[in-house]
Amino acid sequence: MKRHQNLILLIAVVLLAALPLWLVQKPAPDADGKQAEIFAGADDQAKDLIGTIAPDYRQWFKPLLEPASGEIASLLFALQAALGAGFIGYYLGVSLTREKMLREFEKRDREGESGQC
Amino acid sequence: MHIMEGFLPIEHAVGWTIASAPFVAYGIHAIKKRIAENPEQRMLLGVAAAFTFVLSALKLPSVTGSCSHPTGTGLGSILFGPAAMAPIGLVVLLFQALLLAHGGITTLGANVFSMAIIGPFAAFALFRLAQKLRLSFALSVFIAASMADLLTYVTTSLQLAWAFPDPVSGFAGSFVKFAGIFAITQIPLAISEGLLTVVIMNAIRRFNPQELKAMKLVSRSEVNA
Repeated sequence: MKRHQNLILLIAVVLLAALPLWLVQKPAPDADGKQAEIFAGADDQAKDLIGTIAPDYRQWFKPLLEPASGEIASLLFALQAALGAGFIGYYLGVSLTREKMLREFEKRDREGESGQC
Repeated sequence: MHIMEGFLPIEHAVGWTIASAPFVAYGIHAIKKRIAENPEQRMLLGVAAAFTFVLSALKLPSVTGSCSHPTGTGLGSILFGPAAMAPIGLVVLLFQALLLAHGGITTLGANVFSMAIIGPFAAFALFRLAQKLRLSFALSVFIAASMADLLTYVTTSLQLAWAFPDPVSGFAGSFVKFAGIFAITQIPLAISEGLLTVVIMNAIRRFNPQELKAMKLVSRSEVNA
């Protein structure tokens, strides 16, 4: 049951991520024939909104280091996710092995006792 | 929820940094104390930190046609208390601010406050409340983690509305606009985060029942069930 629960939950997560890709229609190009961008970052949209609300505001500090391109940025994001996922995988592997070894120990113990009788 | 580098007025940037600093300092103290007393919980602390690393790196599409990411702070807050997540969130945000130009040093205080303080405290309080109401363990985890995610983005919207009130409709009007970008986008992502936190918690419950019992998160009967 537990196994099934996790599987169902993971499928739900995948659906939640995939459905928007299918549901959201790309808006028609505007008057200048410029393609509207969809699935841009919400952080960037907020930055644009600041520009509309306070047009006089000037960014007073620039990032010290900017990824050289979108590719480099995605490399670093992938690295971040890989570090996290790697550790979680290590934890699950260690835990499964520990559980298996415990069970084998208990089994051997029980066999040992019955042998003595 | 990352407020971009240089996009908070100096007073706000300094103010949020001062507001966040004591939480981070206390959080480091709390983690050290917890691990000194319970060294066997070190592995779970790593899992909580790793979970935040993974989730905050995943930019997911949302029904509003924009992308955002979950925070992953709910899990650690339930396991280790809200204070412990402040330094962990800081590490993640610092990595993204320094290497990815995602967020920033000047906005680090504000971003820590929303993601690593408000979110975890909300998760902790809601988890306790849900358990008091005798909701199931999985449902309590789901509510805590998803609401922590959502409230993080509501906090970001409040921070930006405070710094940039709309010239016509003021703070409230500005909040509605920022929340339209952040909070609405976040709803399906918050649900995803809630579900993923239940998945990882199921695994922890199976493999580390002793630790969960020591943390008084589950009773003996629940572990055996």
